[in-house]
Amino acid sequence: MSKKQIKLEARDINAYYGDFHALKGINVAMEEKTVTAFIGPSGCGKSTFLRIFNRMNDYIDGFKTEGEILLDGENIYAKNVLVDELRKRVGMVFQKPNPFPKSIYENVVYGLKIQGMSNKAALAEAAEKALHQAALWNEVKDNLNKSALALSGGQQQRLCIARALAISPSVLLMDEPASALDPISTAKIEELIHQLKEQYTIVIVTHNMQQAGRVSDTTAFFYMGELVEHAKTKTIFTNPKDKRTEDYITGRFG
Amino acid sequence: MTNSTRNRIKDKAFQVFGIFCMLIGLVFLAALLINILSEGLARIDWDFLTSLPSRRASRSGILTAWAGTLWILVLTSLIAFPLGISAGVYLEEYTKKTKMASFLEINIANLAGVPSIIYGLLGLEIFVRQMGMGSSLLAGAMTLSLLVLPIVIVTTRESLKAVPQTVRQGSFALGATKWQTTWLQVLPAAFGGILTGVIMSLSRAVGEAAPLVVVGALAYVPFVPSSPNDEFTVLPIQIFNWTSRPQAEFLVNAAAAIIMLLLITFLLNGIAVYLRNKQQKKIKW
Amino acid sequence: MKLSEKIIEGLLWLAATITILVTIGIIWVLLSGSIPFFQKVSIIEFITGTEWTPLFAKKEFGILPLVAGTFLTTAIAIAVALPLGLTIAIYLNEYAPARLKSTIKPVLEVLATIPTVVYGFFALTVVTPFLQGFIPNLAGFNALSAGIVMGIMIIPMISSLSEDAISAVPKSLREAAYGMGSTRLQTAFKVMVPAASSGIIVSVILAISRAVGETMLVAIAAGQQPRFTLNPLVPIETITTYIVQVSLGDVPHGSLEYRTIFAAGLVLFVFTFALNNLSFWIKKKYQEKYD
Repeated sequence: MSKKQIKLEARDINAYYGDFHALKGINVAMEEKTVTAFIGPSGCGKSTFLRIFNRMNDYIDGFKTEGEILLDGENIYAKNVLVDELRKRVGMVFQKPNPFPKSIYENVVYGLKIQGMSNKAALAEAAEKALHQAALWNEVKDNLNKSALALSGGQQQRLCIARALAISPSVLLMDEPASALDPISTAKIEELIHQLKEQYTIVIVTHNMQQAGRVSDTTAFFYMGELVEHAKTKTIFTNPKDKRTEDYITGRFG
Repeated sequence: MTNSTRNRIKDKAFQVFGIFCMLIGLVFLAALLINILSEGLARIDWDFLTSLPSRRASRSGILTAWAGTLWILVLTSLIAFPLGISAGVYLEEYTKKTKMASFLEINIANLAGVPSIIYGLLGLEIFVRQMGMGSSLLAGAMTLSLLVLPIVIVTTRESLKAVPQTVRQGSFALGATKWQTTWLQVLPAAFGGILTGVIMSLSRAVGEAAPLVVVGALAYVPFVPSSPNDEFTVLPIQIFNWTSRPQAEFLVNAAAAIIMLLLITFLLNGIAVYLRNKQQKKIKW
Repeated sequence: MKLSEKIIEGLLWLAATITILVTIGIIWVLLSGSIPFFQKVSIIEFITGTEWTPLFAKKEFGILPLVAGTFLTTAIAIAVALPLGLTIAIYLNEYAPARLKSTIKPVLEVLATIPTVVYGFFALTVVTPFLQGFIPNLAGFNALSAGIVMGIMIIPMISSLSEDAISAVPKSLREAAYGMGSTRLQTAFKVMVPAASSGIIVSVILAISRAVGETMLVAIAAGQQPRFTLNPLVPIETITTYIVQVSLGDVPHGSLEYRTIFAAGLVLFVFTFALNNLSFWIKKKYQEKYD
């Protein structure tokens, strides 16, 4: 593809929920400052795979991972890796907006506070910057102390993006970030993704193929725990190599 | 009369019976409250609240009893809350579904069903004798702490369970550790529920007499306790003592003391219910 | 994991394991108090003797009078609480309008928050004199009045736990019954109550366990005279009252009389432990059935 650096790479990833083989021998590499979309029918493993990159599956009873995930060339499943340190580099936005039941401001600075930052001016500055980046600043700048739960769904999701950006990760994982939102809010989020890829490597899981087409540079199609095909988004949509990809793209199942 | 008419009459009859059963409960409650108020209310005055107990009913007051009750409440809170909330957090946030976890769970359910007087025997042997605390406030408070511990643990767990998993995930995803997530996000979100539970547990502790009698709380304490090592009495024991006396004046004293005890109990429960309703209105996930 | 995280987890673990120490402590205290007792008094005599006079000059150590007293007050209490509590549960579930239900439930719960000394006072000073109007030979201390008051006290236990069990029955069952033309009464007794039966049984067992362990109410109103009888009109003594009686007296520590309270406590513990675990067992079985 291009000569950008490889940011994230999965090598021979197998994952199990108890006896269920959820991910089967997945190999994939993602370049720096690109948007990669994971698509596929429900239950194909795309969300499970996304959560491998910040080890969010660690909390699930009976979940087991084999293989390596390289972030800037280092395996994040190595023994000496501290999970909380990893997550400061790999941010995540969830399917449903999940702001903390606190003020807008407290939501944004939470990640910095737990890293020990306590300088009020620096925190305020970082919060403003993150809210700008998430295109939320103009809507909330006068109400930073209002409860985050009082925001609309779309605003809550952008707040969650701001919250993730505030700790300056280099990778942003997005798990169907617009699936719970109305079309206008969805458009705003997509626009935001376009801007964010200037600075961040983004991986997005989506159910919506048009969305994948609009926001991503490359697309990976998953089917029953396998990575069927990974290529430039345009190629996937116009000239898929695998029959299963073609069937899915053309709407024969899914 | 057709079968269906008969069925309809039976149905109505049961409805009337249901209302009747409820009325029995309500009338009983009303009779109890009215009786106690009419017996005791006139006896309550400043002297009654601020006098030491005496052999003469008319001179007797409940100063030592309510001071003891207050001491017990404070000490029990200091011991039972940190312990119970910590245990609840451990069981809800830290354990996986292991055999040990389910054993702990059954054990706590069992402790909740142990009669309070058995806790008295435990306190008598362990705190009063083995640890040499004597029949002190501290021994009494530790005994009651163990008694209410299961309540605190169970309500803590229920409140933590009500915090959506997404809050924890959101926090972990920002690089928070387990404890940071628990302390900064989950516990504050569960605070209202936990508070309701601990206040309920206090209202239970405040009415207990049996375990404290066994631990050796006295019926007659001629001074107001000034440290946790002092001997003590509490309102329920004072009431028990006065009720056991043959003279009618002491029954009036008992009724008056009951009014004070009910006041504290209802106040604690009222606060707990108020907090619970407020919490339910405030947070909609 | 960081060290501070490990220390915190360790402390939390410690708090949780204290609950196990409490159980061990209870068992140890009861056993270490009663083993020396049973070295002096044969277990056979203890569980079959019909006289209990450890505080008299002529000492007899048959626990049966205390067991009979406990059984009597408990049986009366359940005879009051079960029909009333269950009827209220059914009424609230099938008949009562939502607004009535939401007012009545918390008011009934008040019954459960009143300290038991207060019930004792009421039983002794109001209910017994009232009953003496109908039953002239009713003694001043008696199991009847204490049992009735205790029954009303535990109504909320049965009514709210049973109500939970009935409302947990799938709605479709009720609708099916109505759909076939059942009255509310038929729906309640032929469909809902049988379907919720295990939950109702659990509520009754827990209520029994509560009644067996109840202390102050019976200590005040039922008397302190161990008597091997099922006559509800005369003074009796329960296991719990006996422990209170000894605690209030001047029995020297370490004497045989002193140890009797641990032997009595052990019997009480065994009863309530068995009842509680029976209820857990039923509950678990029932949950598996619905899963």
